[in-house]
Amino acid sequence: MIADFGFGILVITFIVSIYGIIAAIYGVTSKTQKWIESARLAMLLTFPLLTAASLSLVYLLVNNHYEVRFVYEVTSRSMPLYLKITAWWGGQSGSLLFWSWLMSAFASAVTLRKWDRDREFLPWVIVVSLLTMTFFLSLNLFFENPFAQLWQTVSGIAAYTFKPQDAILFTPKDGQGLNPLLRHPGMIIHPPMLYLGFVAYVIPFAFAIAALITGRTDDRWIRITRRWSLVAWLFLSLGLVLGGRWAYDVLGWGGYWAWDPVEIAAFMPWLTGTAFLHSVMIQEKRGMLKHWNMLLVILTYSLVLFGTFLTRSGVLSSVHSFAQSAIGPAFFVFIGFTILSSTALLIYRWHELQGETQMTSMLSREALFLLNNLLFMGILVVCFWGVIYPLISELFTGQKVTVGPPYYERATGPLFAGLVLLMGIAPLSAWGHSTIKTLGRAAWKPALAAALTLAAVLVWFAVQSPEQFSNPYIPYAVVGTLFVAITTYITVYEVWRAARARAKATQEIFPLALWRLAGRNRRRYGGYVIHLGVVLMAMGIIGIEMFQTETQRSMAVGDEVAIAGYTVRYDSLSQFPYEDGRWVTRAQVSIFRDGQLIGTLAPRYDLYPDGQPMTIPGVRSTMADDLYVLLINWEGVTADIAPFKIYHNPLVNWMWLGSFIFIIGTMVAAWPDKDPEYQSARERRKAVATSAVD
Amino acid sequence: MKRPLWIILLTLLFTALTGSVALAQEPQPTPSDDAVNAIAKELFCPVCENTPLDVCPTEACKQWRALIRQQLAEGKTKDEIQRYFVVQYGARVLSEPPREGLNWLIYVVPPVLFVIGAGILFSVFRSWKKPLPEIAQPEADTPQPGGDDNYIKSLEAELRKRD
Repeated sequence: MIADFGFGILVITFIVSIYGIIAAIYGVTSKTQKWIESARLAMLLTFPLLTAASLSLVYLLVNNHYEVRFVYEVTSRSMPLYLKITAWWGGQSGSLLFWSWLMSAFASAVTLRKWDRDREFLPWVIVVSLLTMTFFLSLNLFFENPFAQLWQTVSGIAAYTFKPQDAILFTPKDGQGLNPLLRHPGMIIHPPMLYLGFVAYVIPFAFAIAALITGRTDDRWIRITRRWSLVAWLFLSLGLVLGGRWAYDVLGWGGYWAWDPVEIAAFMPWLTGTAFLHSVMIQEKRGMLKHWNMLLVILTYSLVLFGTFLTRSGVLSSVHSFAQSAIGPAFFVFIGFTILSSTALLIYRWHELQGETQMTSMLSREALFLLNNLLFMGILVVCFWGVIYPLISELFTGQKVTVGPPYYERATGPLFAGLVLLMGIAPLSAWGHSTIKTLGRAAWKPALAAALTLAAVLVWFAVQSPEQFSNPYIPYAVVGTLFVAITTYITVYEVWRAARARAKATQEIFPLALWRLAGRNRRRYGGYVIHLGVVLMAMGIIGIEMFQTETQRSMAVGDEVAIAGYTVRYDSLSQFPYEDGRWVTRAQVSIFRDGQLIGTLAPRYDLYPDGQPMTIPGVRSTMADDLYVLLINWEGVTADIAPFKIYHNPLVNWMWLGSFIFIIGTMVAAWPDKDPEYQSARERRKAVATSAVD
Repeated sequence: MKRPLWIILLTLLFTALTGSVALAQEPQPTPSDDAVNAIAKELFCPVCENTPLDVCPTEACKQWRALIRQQLAEGKTKDEIQRYFVVQYGARVLSEPPREGLNWLIYVVPPVLFVIGAGILFSVFRSWKKPLPEIAQPEADTPQPGGDDNYIKSLEAELRKRD
């Protein structure tokens, strides 16, 4: 009953979306405001409708309606309530509905804003948003219906949307349950954050397309969507960080990022999104790069679709499974349509998007920002090509190949290093004109401090652990640390100088001056905070990627193994059932340093009733390092002997702390102003006046 | 079957040279987990997707690790073991495509695109500085400090001053 209701609502939403698209287009062509208003209301209506459909699905999930295939596949009676709810996005069809629902939330939020100043954008924003929503709804309706029920027919049990002839409803006693790896807090929040990031990019894209169609190609669309892009970027970053944390906590390989195509699929829109955040500033300040910004926003949105396609169509396991998957070809067509139509529009408006001012120096802020864009695009090319190439190889030669971490690390390492350095230098340069002299004057003190810091670190290493110098990564680590230190000092110095100047001028105490300064220029100082987060992350990444050590040993009780100055002793093993049916095998180990007991850890693995294992590390975490101990079930654990794998991950917490600061910085930058329009009203008028559109 | 004496002698000599103690049939002191993992780390599971062999929990991978251990015990080198896996399971077990044939594309395309991107960027820089694109264009192809470019001149002068 509820399943039919949910499906019916989906059908209605689909019709409403199509109606909205037609009404908006008709309203524009016939110049009748009431049709546009009707389209706006249609878009607004999709949110309550999809909320009702989603609630139906959640109801089915929570109340063990296993006759619904999706419920059967992702939940089981033993799962706690919150997991049953979050199982909503634990499988294909549910997560597609979740996508549509989030999308409708964003679309509704957009329709509710004040449209007085940019009424001409409205119908096209509606068209673009609703086209996307229609596409995702059609996937749910025609290929992956979350409300399909299991029917027993003469030929067996299968899922159908409608009751087949002579069929009776089949209700399994219990569901299969969610994949244990997904039963982790990180996995519960990670997909929504990622999806929010993905979905939110529809809005800047829709405004860009609206600007292209209407020919209002000044930077108005950028000003409107500035905060949307920051919010999208915030969620995307959060999604990536949480995904990394989840991997570190439950995947049991001592790392957080494996250059897996699924990870890269989410990382690619982040790369172009980051490039976009920087290059829009050039357009805002200097009226340049209009083509490039359009291209970046189109690219970002296409990569969002592409990422969803990669992870949802099965194309990654084999190009051939793509053809078998129901939604693969549909996705492919939609992505093609999006890219082709938006690029065609861009070419159509090309001449109206000429830049307004000229640049006078290759060290100006805009030139350095462009360099930043080049580096981001370089990383994107490496990632895109690395994901695509195995498919090409399989398609043309039939040979499956793996493009693994060595390829990505070698190719992106120098580009990331360049970005870190640029991050320090670019904020020093002035818009329009900078010279080596002006940059040098601003940078020499921090650069000297950085060199001294590096020297101190090297001396410390030489005294404390000279064996590290045999590490083949040392030259890279030295360069990386130097760049990190330069950027950190420059950033801190800049903030300090500005706050001190304000404190002098206004007679405020320093912390208050800093607070007010940042409050007045949230985007700038939020940016600085983000940069400081990134350098911390960079340091953590240098630590774990270049200095990680590991050892594996099968130990009897009382055995010891040494790693990176620690000694790990295996004390005991216990096995017990857990209330949700898991069978837990838990080891206890003691950690010693210089003969002193400094703690105990309890690495364990849980065996779920369906035979799925989950390996949970015991981690001793400090700012200096993580000692990450795994009880590796795959080698077979017996009462006498237990196999352990132990990782020593230096500085990894700098990365987590850095990502936390990064997120805080993004929030500072994205925090709503009282009225963002006032500040820029004059600039905007000027931009409108000088734009090619009349 | 009786073995010729010289084979036995050679085997003894070989085991003596490699520091092994047991005779040909039995594997020598088992290689450590770390030695196995060092090789498994750079191989990818032939059946699971994108999972390095050293952390893959499947039964198949466990057997493959045992195979590595056995081959190490037989005195095979890392390269030999890798080659064995490639012959058995195809190039996908390597963490990077082998540098041959079509695979060169993976290594060549990104740097080429990056250089083209840098070239475009440079020509854009120049076109911004010079209002006449017809003149600026041909120069953009040779990103060298042009003699008539005042900016580059002044930049170099400044650089010299700093040195």
